[in-house]
Amino acid sequence: MTEEMLKALPDARGHFGAYGGRFVSETLFDSLLTLEREYKRLKDDPEFQAEFDRDLAHYVGRPSPLYFAERLTRETGGAQIWLKREDLNHTGAHKVNNTIGQALLARFLGKKRVIAETGAGQHGVATATVCARLGLECHVFMGEEDIRRQSPNVYRMKLLGAEVHSVTSGTRTLKDAMNDAMRDWVANVDDTFYIIGTVAGPHPYPLLVRDFQSVIGRETRQQSLDRTGKLPDALVACVGGGSNAIGMFYPFLTDESVELYGVEAGGLGIETGQHAAPLSAGRPGVLHGNRTYLMEDENGQIAGTHSVSAGLDYPGVGPEHSWLKDIGRAHYVSVTDDEALDGFRKLTRVEGIMPALETAHAVAYAIKLAASMDKDKMVVINISGRGDKDMQTIAEIDGIEV
Amino acid sequence: MSRIEGVLKSLKGQGRKALIPYITAGDPHPDQTVDLMHTLVDAGADIIELGVPFSDPMADGPVIQRACERALKHGTSLRQVLAMVKTFREKDDATPVVLMGYLNPMEAMGQEKFADAAVDAGVDGILTVDLPPEEADEVAPLFTARNLDAIFLLAPTTTDDRIRAISEHSSGYVYYVSFKGVTGAGKIDVDEVAAKVAHIHELTALPVAVGFGIRDAATASAVGRVSDGVIVGSVLVDTIARNQADPDQLKRALTDLLHPMREALDSLAS
Repeated sequence: MTEEMLKALPDARGHFGAYGGRFVSETLFDSLLTLEREYKRLKDDPEFQAEFDRDLAHYVGRPSPLYFAERLTRETGGAQIWLKREDLNHTGAHKVNNTIGQALLARFLGKKRVIAETGAGQHGVATATVCARLGLECHVFMGEEDIRRQSPNVYRMKLLGAEVHSVTSGTRTLKDAMNDAMRDWVANVDDTFYIIGTVAGPHPYPLLVRDFQSVIGRETRQQSLDRTGKLPDALVACVGGGSNAIGMFYPFLTDESVELYGVEAGGLGIETGQHAAPLSAGRPGVLHGNRTYLMEDENGQIAGTHSVSAGLDYPGVGPEHSWLKDIGRAHYVSVTDDEALDGFRKLTRVEGIMPALETAHAVAYAIKLAASMDKDKMVVINISGRGDKDMQTIAEIDGIEV
Repeated sequence: MSRIEGVLKSLKGQGRKALIPYITAGDPHPDQTVDLMHTLVDAGADIIELGVPFSDPMADGPVIQRACERALKHGTSLRQVLAMVKTFREKDDATPVVLMGYLNPMEAMGQEKFADAAVDAGVDGILTVDLPPEEADEVAPLFTARNLDAIFLLAPTTTDDRIRAISEHSSGYVYYVSFKGVTGAGKIDVDEVAAKVAHIHELTALPVAVGFGIRDAATASAVGRVSDGVIVGSVLVDTIARNQADPDQLKRALTDLLHPMREALDSLAS
C-alpha cells in the first residue's frame, strides 16, 4: 500500500472502498457535516493539536511504555513478545486518547452536553472522566446486561458525575446502547455532542477516532526503532469495533513487512454461531450509520452476539477494518472465550499484568502466533486495557465469591 | 404518473389533504396485516405507509421498536411483507402503498431483486429511514427505472441547499419530520411546522407530507392546514399494541382513531 492510497481514504463521502459512509436519519445529517468541517479545520490547527498532545502527555501519561515481556517470550518459545502498555493510561485503557480529542472538539463547538455509549464501560469511564475535567454534562448509555457484567465501571462513572442510562431494548448490550445514544442525539442535536467510542458510526467518526488513536501506533513505531533498531514483524490487537486495533495498525499500513492481526471474539466457537466476529463470519451490510461487515440473519436482521467480554460483544466493526480485510492488508482471526481466559491467566501469572478480557483475546492469539515464529522475530501486542473491571466476571466463572 | 402522484393530484384538485397512516407489517401478527390495511382504507386512508420490521430501528421510539419486536417474533421478513402487499392488491388496486424501513433488510435481499419484487407486489414508493440521497446513487436508478417513488425525509435541521438537493432526488412526496426526535416522542409545534413547510414549498414543487407528533383530529387538522398531507404512526401502533388480544376490537379502535382525523382534514376543504 502506498502513502497516496492511504491519504485518499476515506473519500469525500467518508467511504473506505465499499465501506463507511453516512447512513443516518436526516435530522443528524447537518450535525455530521458540521463536525466533519470543523474537525478538518482543527486537525491542521497547531493550537488544537498542541492542546491535544499536552493532554495526552500530562493528563493521560503518554507515551505509554513498550515493554519486552521476557518471561512470556521464554515460556512461549518463539518470537519476542512486546507489550504496548495502553493499560497504563489514565482510566486504564486506550479509550481515553479518543475521548480527550472528542471532548476538545465538543468544547470547541460550544456543546455543553455529552452523550456516549459503552459496552465494557471503559469508554464510558473515559468519557465521564474528560467531562468531569471540562465541566460538561455527561450521559452514558449502557445495556442492562453490560451494567450487570461491569458494575465496578458503572459505579466509577457515577462517581465521576455521569448519568448512566440502562438500555433495556433488544439484546441489552452494546448495539442497543448505540441505538439509544443515537435516539438521544436526534432529540438533543442542538446542544449535544456524541462521543462515539470506536471507529464505527457515520462519517466522520471512523476517521476522527482513528486519528486520535493513531498515537498508539506512532509511538510503537518510534519505540521499536529506538529500542531494537527495526520495525516489529507482527502487530496483534483485539477487535470489537476496532479502535485500539486501528490506532495500532494505521501508522504501519505502508510498512508492508509488518503483518497485522486483528483478533475478534470467537465466543463459544465460530461454528456455534455464538460469537461476535463479523469479519471472520459475517457479511457486508448497513448498521449504525455505516456500511461494514455485520452479523445478520438471511433477512438482514442484526444477529445476537456472544462474548465473555462486554467490550467485544458487538455485531459490527469499523469500516476501515472491513476495507483492510478485503484488500488483504490485515488478517482477521478469532479466539474463543476459553482461549481468551487462558490468555488472561497466562499474562497475569507470568508477567504480573492483568489484561482486560477484550485484550486477553489479543494475548491468546499472539502467544499462538509467536510460538510459530522464529526467535529473532518480534510481535507487539496492544495491551488495550487493564483487567480490574473483569475480576467479577472471572470470579463468577471460577465459582468464587469476591 | 405513479399511483402516489395520481392520488395526491386528485386530492389537490378537490382541495383535500392526504391522510397517510403508518403501521408495522406483521404487528401484532402477520395474518392480520392485510386486513388492517383494508381497515385503514375504509377509515379514510389515502396512502398507506407499511413499516418493514427491523431489529435495530434507531430512528424510532419505543412504541415502534416494540412493534418491530412483535413482528419479528412471528418471523416477519421483507419477503413476507411484499407478499402482504400483493394480497392487499387483490382487493385494492387504488390505494398507494409506501414501504418504510431501514436499509439492511433491503440490501440483504439484494437491491435489484428487491426493486423487482416491490413492483411485482404492487408497492408504489420506498422510504428508507437511514438512506440519505448521498448514499442512494446505486439504488435510486433501480427505483426510477421501475417507476417506484423514492421518498426522502426532510428535518428541521435540513439546510436550504439540502432541501433543494433532496427534493431533486425525491418523487411522490417529501416527508417532513416535524420535530427533532424519534417517532412517538415530543410535542409538535404547529407554528414552527407551518413556517418550515411554507419555506419548503418555496423550494420544491413536490407535495409535502408531515409526520411525527400527529395523534388526534386536532393536530391532524392543524398540520393539514399547512401541508399536503399528514402521516400518523405511533398513535396507531400504540392502539394496535393495546388491542392486540382482540382483532375485531382492534379494527374498531383503529377506525375510531382515524375517522375523526379524516373528518377534520376534510372540513379544511369546505
